[in-house]
Amino acid sequence: MGINVKVMERPVGEASYVRATLKGLALTLKHLVDPHRVTIQYPEEKWDLSPRWRGTHRMLTTEDGKAKCVACGLCPTVCPANCIKLVPGEDETGNRYPLVFEIDEFRCIFCGYCQEVCPEEAIHLGRHYENAEFNRERFVYDLERLTAQTHPVSTLWDPADPRGE
Amino acid sequence: MSGLDPMQLEPGLWPFLIATVVKMLVIFTIYMVVVAYTTLAERKVSAWIQDRHGPNRVGPWGLFQVLADGVKNFLKEETMPGEVNKPLFLLAPAVAFTCALVAWAVIPFGAPLPTPWGRIDLVVADLPIGFLYTLAITSIGVYGIVLAGWSSNNKYALLGGLRSSAQMVSYEVAMGLSTVCVLLIAGNVSLPGIIAQQVETSWNIGLLSVAAFLFLVSAFAETNRVPFDLPEAESELIAGYHSEYSAMKFSLFFIAEYANMLTASALFVTFFLGGWDIPFTSWDNTGPATVAKALATFGMFAAKVLFFVFFYIWIRWTLPRFRYDQLMSLGWKFMLPVALAYVVVVASALLGLDAAGIARGTRAFTLSLVGLNAVLLVLLFVILDRGRIISPAASRLERERVERLRRVAAARTTIAPGELR
Repeated sequence: MGINVKVMERPVGEASYVRATLKGLALTLKHLVDPHRVTIQYPEEKWDLSPRWRGTHRMLTTEDGKAKCVACGLCPTVCPANCIKLVPGEDETGNRYPLVFEIDEFRCIFCGYCQEVCPEEAIHLGRHYENAEFNRERFVYDLERLTAQTHPVSTLWDPADPRGE
Repeated sequence: MSGLDPMQLEPGLWPFLIATVVKMLVIFTIYMVVVAYTTLAERKVSAWIQDRHGPNRVGPWGLFQVLADGVKNFLKEETMPGEVNKPLFLLAPAVAFTCALVAWAVIPFGAPLPTPWGRIDLVVADLPIGFLYTLAITSIGVYGIVLAGWSSNNKYALLGGLRSSAQMVSYEVAMGLSTVCVLLIAGNVSLPGIIAQQVETSWNIGLLSVAAFLFLVSAFAETNRVPFDLPEAESELIAGYHSEYSAMKFSLFFIAEYANMLTASALFVTFFLGGWDIPFTSWDNTGPATVAKALATFGMFAAKVLFFVFFYIWIRWTLPRFRYDQLMSLGWKFMLPVALAYVVVVASALLGLDAAGIARGTRAFTLSLVGLNAVLLVLLFVILDRGRIISPAASRLERERVERLRRVAAARTTIAPGELR
């Protein structure tokens, strides 16, 4: 014990073992007979996600099944993680469309800027979290995969309506 | 007490041998299944106490978790650390496991069972010295742990083994002394004899409450259960004596721990809770033996033992672990003197009651002993149950040291960091 160690005054005279033990036993018994379980039994029960949940991406499509994306290049520009790869193409009528649109979900930080900046409301983040794959390559989502996703999409936070009312 | 007459079966070696082997097989099977499910019960109760669900994936309500664990332990790789003392390393789990099992042999688990070949005592081996046998076996059980700690060639395992041996030796004394009172009142060292005495008078938990309390606490220490599980204190010693064990050898230690728990519960029930005696009725221990009586008393015994197993688990998930010096001072400075004093008190009380002509088994005998115990319990839990009794920080030497430190600190001119706060 060092010189500068503060010596605590313990109430050893009042401290009790048996009564304190009984008190503890009563507490644990209370929890035993009246548990406050918060566990979600995952595969059977699923968590109710917030509407603002930002999960893996989804590309919305037009009525004829094509991606809404016009390859404007705003999302790769705004992306802070630099995870969107976009090669624009142009068809014979002069409409731009993405030749290559890939999102590396491992690089993505799920900030939601791409959804916010998209003028066509094409790229969205998803309310979705079951993303497991068996290899790393599968985490680079191409355009086909992004359009094929069906999970609900995120509603981003609106500064004009901060509480989502 | 004709039910406890040892000469019941047909004479001859074969009936005795066959009856004993059948009893051994039945008891072994039930015992192993119960031990296995005790591990599940531990996980379930701990989960419920902590507001969790516990294992619930294997089978309905997780009931097959036990089988999954068993298969896992059988299929795992057995590792043999370098430089271990091989014979002892292999012997240790066997010793721990065997001692946990064989202690059960002398515990009576039901009223005699009538069969066409005569009445069979529901106890595997009706030893006339059953009580001494249990003490001896539980003491040998410590060798499993000590040998495991010694042979592992691992400092943590060795420390665990050392702690365990010191702890077991300390609490063995208090445990033995607390059971001396049971022997005094029963006048017999055979376990069926002790049960017969409790049937005749009343359960020893009322007559010898203080001894029951001491025995219970010592049994926790003997089985290395929380709050006395210092041999495997994972925060200090990894896993203590079984750090180096893997697969089935580890599993044997694990089974031994739970088997010990079951044995200690059964001993407590036998010594203090009337064994297989069904309370508030004399139907079970008067008249001729019937199958119904045997089954009912076995059920009663199982219920009592399982309640204490539950109590063990309940305590484990309630109390934190003792510090090592607290453990030792509790054992030597509190349990031992109280147990010794209690032996003297009970002996004098019995002598006084005998001298006053109050026969054992009468209402006056029971009431006077219960009253004496009530007074002693109040003394123990209200007046003696104070931190200063077992806290070494409150010893006089320690207090003098603290005073000296305070004087030194007061004489210093510099400001100590603590004073700035």
